[in-house]
Amino acid sequence: MSPRARSALEPSLTDQDQIRNFCIIAHIDHGKSTLADRMLQLTGIVDDRQMRAQYLDRMDIERERGITIKSQAVRLPWELDNKTFALNMIDTPGHVDFTYEVSRSLAACEGAVLLVDAAQGIEAQTLANLYLAMENDLEIIPVLNKIDLPAAQTEKYAEELANLIGGSPDDCLRVSGKTGVGVEELLDRIVQRVPAPTGDINAPARAMIFDSVYDSYRGVVTYVRMIDGRLSSREQIQMMSTRAVHELLEIGVISPEPVVTKGLAAGEVGYLITGVKDVRLSKVGDTVTTKDKPATVSLKGYAEPKPMVFSGIYPIDGSDYPNLREALDKLRLSDASLVYEPETSAALGFGFRCGFLGLLHLEIITERLEREFNLSLIATAPSVVYQVTREDNTEFIVTNPSEFPEGKIKVVKEPIVKATILSPKDYVGTIMDLCQTRRGTMIDMQYLGEDRVQLRYQLPLAEIVFDFFDQLKSKTQGYGSLDYEEAGYLPGDLVKVDLLLQGEKVDAFSSIVHKDKAYGHGTKITSKLRELIPRQQFEVPIQAAVGSRIIARESVRAVRKDVLAKCYGGDISRKRKLLEKQKEGKKRMKMVGRVEVPQDAFIKALSSDETSSTEKKK
Amino acid sequence: MSASLPLGLPWPVSNLIPPRFDESKSFHAYVHIPFCEFRCGYCDFNTYTAKEIGGLSQSSFHESLITEIDASAKILKNSGYPKRSLSTLFFGGGTPSLFTSNQIEQIMSSLRDHYGFLPDIEITLEANPESASPQYLEQLAAIGVNRISLGVQSFDPKVLATLERVHDPDKVGPILKAAAELGLESSLDLIYGAPKESLDSWKTTVEIAASMGTKHVSAYSLIVEPGTKLARQIKVGELPPTDDDLDAEKFEIADEVFQANGLPWYEVANWGKPSKHNHAYWSSADWWGFGPGAHSHLSGNRFWNTKHPLGYQKQLANGSPVAGIEYIDARTNLEERLMLELRTSTGIPQTVLAELGILESTIMPFVLDGSLKIENENLAVTASGRLFVDRIVLQLLTN
Repeated sequence: MSPRARSALEPSLTDQDQIRNFCIIAHIDHGKSTLADRMLQLTGIVDDRQMRAQYLDRMDIERERGITIKSQAVRLPWELDNKTFALNMIDTPGHVDFTYEVSRSLAACEGAVLLVDAAQGIEAQTLANLYLAMENDLEIIPVLNKIDLPAAQTEKYAEELANLIGGSPDDCLRVSGKTGVGVEELLDRIVQRVPAPTGDINAPARAMIFDSVYDSYRGVVTYVRMIDGRLSSREQIQMMSTRAVHELLEIGVISPEPVVTKGLAAGEVGYLITGVKDVRLSKVGDTVTTKDKPATVSLKGYAEPKPMVFSGIYPIDGSDYPNLREALDKLRLSDASLVYEPETSAALGFGFRCGFLGLLHLEIITERLEREFNLSLIATAPSVVYQVTREDNTEFIVTNPSEFPEGKIKVVKEPIVKATILSPKDYVGTIMDLCQTRRGTMIDMQYLGEDRVQLRYQLPLAEIVFDFFDQLKSKTQGYGSLDYEEAGYLPGDLVKVDLLLQGEKVDAFSSIVHKDKAYGHGTKITSKLRELIPRQQFEVPIQAAVGSRIIARESVRAVRKDVLAKCYGGDISRKRKLLEKQKEGKKRMKMVGRVEVPQDAFIKALSSDETSSTEKKK
Repeated sequence: MSASLPLGLPWPVSNLIPPRFDESKSFHAYVHIPFCEFRCGYCDFNTYTAKEIGGLSQSSFHESLITEIDASAKILKNSGYPKRSLSTLFFGGGTPSLFTSNQIEQIMSSLRDHYGFLPDIEITLEANPESASPQYLEQLAAIGVNRISLGVQSFDPKVLATLERVHDPDKVGPILKAAAELGLESSLDLIYGAPKESLDSWKTTVEIAASMGTKHVSAYSLIVEPGTKLARQIKVGELPPTDDDLDAEKFEIADEVFQANGLPWYEVANWGKPSKHNHAYWSSADWWGFGPGAHSHLSGNRFWNTKHPLGYQKQLANGSPVAGIEYIDARTNLEERLMLELRTSTGIPQTVLAELGILESTIMPFVLDGSLKIENENLAVTASGRLFVDRIVLQLLTN
């Protein structure tokens, strides 16, 4: 058994042979954060008194939702066979929306711990990340976690893992992040199996940025993996993509709080602070070198993250518009993938059309805007980006259904994804039904083990942004998991369905759907709005239309009476308080023409079940 | 009187309520008598069916009310209010007719001693048909009561059963006749919209009411208050829920029948010769409400007494039974005026709307769609706007 390292190695002076860089690939809930907690305790860098659950998850949202949004890197001292090592654990986000960030984290490591819940087996997102790790030539260390659970099926899933990555089921370590069993062996195994970095210490410095976070006190904190050479404090550094030069104000390692060092050398992982205030000036994937002795070739793999899903974000109180702008500007400092531009809606007033990496990203951003900036917001139903060509060959990029061009349309192309779904074999039929109703085409299907199946489908992104994941979860009783990757654009038979209140088009309710689904969509949205719109003094006809053709109609009957019967001495105070309450309630109504529409109707009307999209997948 | 009291500020230690707006307004008194023989299923009023509540008895409760009258006179005088004779006096409940005429008389003398009565004072007492015997009416007339408000609710025995009212509707005619002979004015209280009440049943009720020669009728749509037996019965499905659309139709029926019988509409729920006492509430006049849970309004100060009779009595011993007070600011006062005066046929002076900053452009759409009209410098609801007063007020204040 390995004792804790008696003394940690000094950063910037550590021989590459004594460095091991690894990440943990795991599905949400498979216990990555708990395992990381145990490692922090075992290696002694966090003592029992300071320990709190999910130590490394910094944002409230991360801890509450149990997901990691931003990655981190922690330097852990460990001793094996009387030799001291520095292990750098690079935490990775576990969600499909953040695949790009995951790929950068993987590129910073030589090895990956594949962590799988011994009661659940591997999930689609983990599988996708595993393939990513294998493509990066990482040494994979298979680990089954939660072996303390009564429902653990350790042998079964060890076999599954062996089938996936080769080797024998016995190679698979059995640990429990909760009780700590097996964690020391895992640390030993990392030292034994993960290759040491092999950078050129004498070459010009090259460091890959794998994460960049905004700290309101320090400015941007950039996490780097040194590939070649070394960086020292007070040196001038250069971003290779932009050639921008910054003063290196601070350099150090995380253990697990920031520790200032003299520098970082090839093979090491640490952080840089330059005083830059905007993460877009220190982008994930970029290569850092020095101004004096710059490298000539940047490290491969830099790509701009592309927004996949768009939604209009509007303040409920129109006077909050400047505050919303300020909040978005601030969030962008820490989230380079967030894009937005001003937008006006006839129904909702002034707001922003925001682009997100995916639905979870959308939810996290709106939640942060509301929580950290105290704003009340309406987010319109998410939409994907369509490429529309009119008969006259003018082309349009449509991120908002209301911008769908009028006139004869030649072709509409929509984004397509390749989806991977893992599930126990019993649910294959239901999954196939689901994918079929979502316009999916099967690519292939294969068995992972005796009873687990991997299905691959080509699906329009628009069909999965809404509630596909929820449907999948409920139809497979929680066992199904999903991952997807972009797969280009394909023409689709798509039309815009408009919604009319009292004969007036309401832009915020427009949506683009497949022609065969237009009727069903129209019926659904009109009947939902009939429930959501309160009765007014006049009848409110609700119609859905494709072009000028009405495809569905409903109406909200006029209210006949709105007056309190009795109003004498004692009723006056009570009635006045009711009036105050109604005034407040009216603030949550948007006037659309003469019709009062509750704010939440804008999301609820377009979601396919009763829950709003913000209450979805955790 | 509603079941729950609002939250307010505590009664000032000084025992003074400063005059703030217009203390030259008319002055009125309401006296709450919190006893009933039986609690009806729909009722959430502050009333008790026991003759004895703790150490308190129905037969001596008038003494507590008189103690409050004494205290009120002292408070008003010390606060600097001018002495004003009463324009109206109203005994409500509960069932005031459970008090003996002697108890009523003692309360009246105390009020007369402290405040004085204007020569044309309107003194109304609420009575249930089962407790208003000809002898009792005679006694009331003798002590100076000049108006009787009868809680009839319906002339349909089936509806009365739903409401759990125990009286015989056939008694109403003779009572009204006796009252008229004694020179007492009368008013009938009706309730529409009880579960299972048909349009025909309601029509019959209003037709009978209109034919009885009374000069005043109040008709309220039934409100199912949470916590009542009726609310439970509807919740468990024993009774069908009330229906607003049907209530609107019943209002129209009542209005048609009453107007045809010489009872003009003058407030959301009232027809006939306007009650001066009601008018005091809607014109923000000054009144003191005596008794448990009673509300008062004096020059922009609204306050209310402790609800439970025992707590009321206990607090009274310490000088004032008030549970809470709120000070209406000038803006709120104007909003209250809009809320109350727009309910009446007279409407509200346009100057008030101007003071509230309500623009012509906000008002005009309602005039154009026929729900409001401008008459004699006042803005008032039309026949079609009457049923939307609350909505119109909200829109005038927020649009």
